[in-house]
Amino acid sequence: MRELIDGAEAIARAALHAGCTFFSGYPITPATPILLHLIRELPKVGGTAIQSEDEIASMGFCIGAAMAGARVMTATSGPGLSLYSESVGLAIMGEVPMVIVDAQRMGPATGGATTVAQGDIQFLRWGTSGGYPVIVLAPADVAECYALTRRAFDLAERFRVPVFVATDKETVLGKATVDAASWDEVPVRQRPTAPAGGSFLPYRADPPDGVPLMSPLGGVHLVRFTTSTHDERGRLTRSPVEVDRLNRRLAAKVEDHADEIAMVRADLQSDADTLVVSYGITALAAREAIASARETGLAVSGLTVQSLWPVPEGELRAAMRGVDRVLVPELNLGQYRLEVERLAPDGVQVVGIHRVDGELITPDQIFDAIGAHESPEVA
Amino acid sequence: MSTQLRTYLDPATLPFPFCPGCGHGTILERLDQALARLDVDPAKLVLVSDIGCSGLSDAYFATHAFHGLHGRSVTYATGLKLANPDLQVVVLMGDGGCGIGGHHLINAARRNIGVTVVVFNNLNYGMTGGEHSVSTPPAAVTSTTPLGQLERPMDIAGTVAVNGASFVARTSTFDTTLTDVLVRALENDGFSLVDVWELCTAYFAPANKLSRKAMAETMTTLGFRSGILVDEPRPEYAKAYRAQHAGILGEPALLARGLEVRHEATLDRRLSWLFAGAAGKRIGSAAGALARGAVLSGLWATQRNDYPVTVRTGYSLSEIILSPDPVLFTGVATPDVVLDLSAEGHARVAARIAGLPRGARVYRSPDVPETETEADVITLDFAGTGWARKKESWALMAAARALRDTDAYPVEALREAVGAGGAATEALAAVDAGHALAEVG
Repeated sequence: MRELIDGAEAIARAALHAGCTFFSGYPITPATPILLHLIRELPKVGGTAIQSEDEIASMGFCIGAAMAGARVMTATSGPGLSLYSESVGLAIMGEVPMVIVDAQRMGPATGGATTVAQGDIQFLRWGTSGGYPVIVLAPADVAECYALTRRAFDLAERFRVPVFVATDKETVLGKATVDAASWDEVPVRQRPTAPAGGSFLPYRADPPDGVPLMSPLGGVHLVRFTTSTHDERGRLTRSPVEVDRLNRRLAAKVEDHADEIAMVRADLQSDADTLVVSYGITALAAREAIASARETGLAVSGLTVQSLWPVPEGELRAAMRGVDRVLVPELNLGQYRLEVERLAPDGVQVVGIHRVDGELITPDQIFDAIGAHESPEVA
Repeated sequence: MSTQLRTYLDPATLPFPFCPGCGHGTILERLDQALARLDVDPAKLVLVSDIGCSGLSDAYFATHAFHGLHGRSVTYATGLKLANPDLQVVVLMGDGGCGIGGHHLINAARRNIGVTVVVFNNLNYGMTGGEHSVSTPPAAVTSTTPLGQLERPMDIAGTVAVNGASFVARTSTFDTTLTDVLVRALENDGFSLVDVWELCTAYFAPANKLSRKAMAETMTTLGFRSGILVDEPRPEYAKAYRAQHAGILGEPALLARGLEVRHEATLDRRLSWLFAGAAGKRIGSAAGALARGAVLSGLWATQRNDYPVTVRTGYSLSEIILSPDPVLFTGVATPDVVLDLSAEGHARVAARIAGLPRGARVYRSPDVPETETEADVITLDFAGTGWARKKESWALMAAARALRDTDAYPVEALREAVGAGGAATEALAAVDAGHALAEVG
């Protein structure tokens, strides 16, 4: 059995299957279909879905609901993501498990509402004050929208951190044929919750994991949630020791588990001169280009990054070993290329292939770049 | 935990950290008395605090507490209440929060979400240095209105009152019935707001010689009534939402709409299609039907749509790839088949048509301009059928005709693909008419 299905429906279905019980969003192209699906479907499973007055409220509703025990998701696009910024910081500080879908469209500002882009890649990572880490997953196609949304829910529970699904207009609104066997039922864990008995401190986190157990507001333990720098009890603190401990823990709980979070699709050839590093919808063009290049006798490697942040450094370094050149096609002017460049061994040339004209990077563009001897940078 | 409590305050944290003479402590004591009078279960009570001096308040209570960003406290309170309608949710915010978060206040009132907002209204920003707020009265001197406030103050209580709040009161810390008012606000099932005016003894009161008497006079001068302004219970949102959806609870959610392969395709290579038409002319749905028919025939299909932000005007393009093998890249650079159906779409694709190679096929409606191209151009004779005026069906008709010529898969599969739609009868007729559609001339 096959389905002709778009990414929006795959994401909404994944949320339902992952046990999502709360969704709030504000209408915005191209994320709106996710809102529409969940407005209709969540009440059927006893959940709540609500259109908020603006994107700031979407995040506020979700964060409040999550702390009351719900499993939450929201979805937006660039202009909305900009308004999410302060609340992303709150979700990091308060350690809120939540999934945020960013259906990327062309920016800056209103940009192109119905135009594909991958321009939020650095913004997703650095989009709030303080610079603390989040997790960002990037599905390349509709089937991965399902799998990675489920994975996002699991990681949100695992690390109590906002987990982004960075998709795009084409993947969310475009339809693809998906075989029943391609739906990956990625396991989603129950929320790690403090036992009912005994003492409870809402922000006590023991090493090595550094992730506090949760208890809902309104549950058996009194819970203190705060936006301010706090101690284990959730009380404001200026003690340098406690401030330092909290801030380092917020970073380390994600960054020290980068290997656990890392997801890539490696298609490496040992004698390849060229590696193509891609993510999201651009990975589809890259895979076609690599196949075509191999048909002409060229050895070429491909690495699709599914977990953009934290950067899967080990996987990137391993893939770059032995190649002369790394191509990084992106629908922006070179964002993830910065991460590839800082990890590239000496002497390895990192070349971006960029498009910001609203069109997709084509397999031919990447194929030509693979075959080119000189730097084929496309402005 | 529902035994009668004398206090919800945490004695280990007292005294309050507020300036001598500040009204905040009075409000918190009255709130504590009101909660005790109602015997609210502290395990079900969440205090949601905003930013500013009032944002320090929750730390002095032995209850659940949520201290969030400036002006957003009402949104967290809404989320908490929606997720768990059994909670008693109380928002503690200042006049500053009412300014930066005014939009949320208005919408919470409209929604009648069951939270109680207590406004610590000291007419300025106390924590950051006595700047003016949305509630600063005219002519008042603050650090950011050194020559006097020129703006008219926001009527906080009046604003939520006209926007649907089911309980609204305006009062002050000098009101001996403040506890009673807070009890009634807490008892209201829907959205309640109590706007409590008070003295900021650090900044506003000394700078403006504000006293209890002057405060009352200011309210009068502004025409701001005090006392209980609204007490009109109506359905609380979280409960109303659950009641409204009770009928669909348990229904299966977002099931897979699997397409069973019941037809056999003859297509042995990739075949890409470009539908070019106008919004409202069922371009996307016709293209989708073509793609579904292909999947019903064992092929792999993708659909990629392009349209402007307008809804019923402008162009509508749809790119379809049909293939015997899975499709990765969904873009179509050089389509094998173009359905050129209206001037709006034509303008977007004329250059692509001009660049088509020999062997490609363009099916055009007689309405669209002609384009020099090496492709085979077939002008469809819609006028010769009974469908001349039914332009909404032309895309499906053209697709059926092109399907016949390309022989990608059986027309029966396309019929099955449209058969499930709401307008099935007309769509089936359009497929049949399109399948038999003649060329002009």
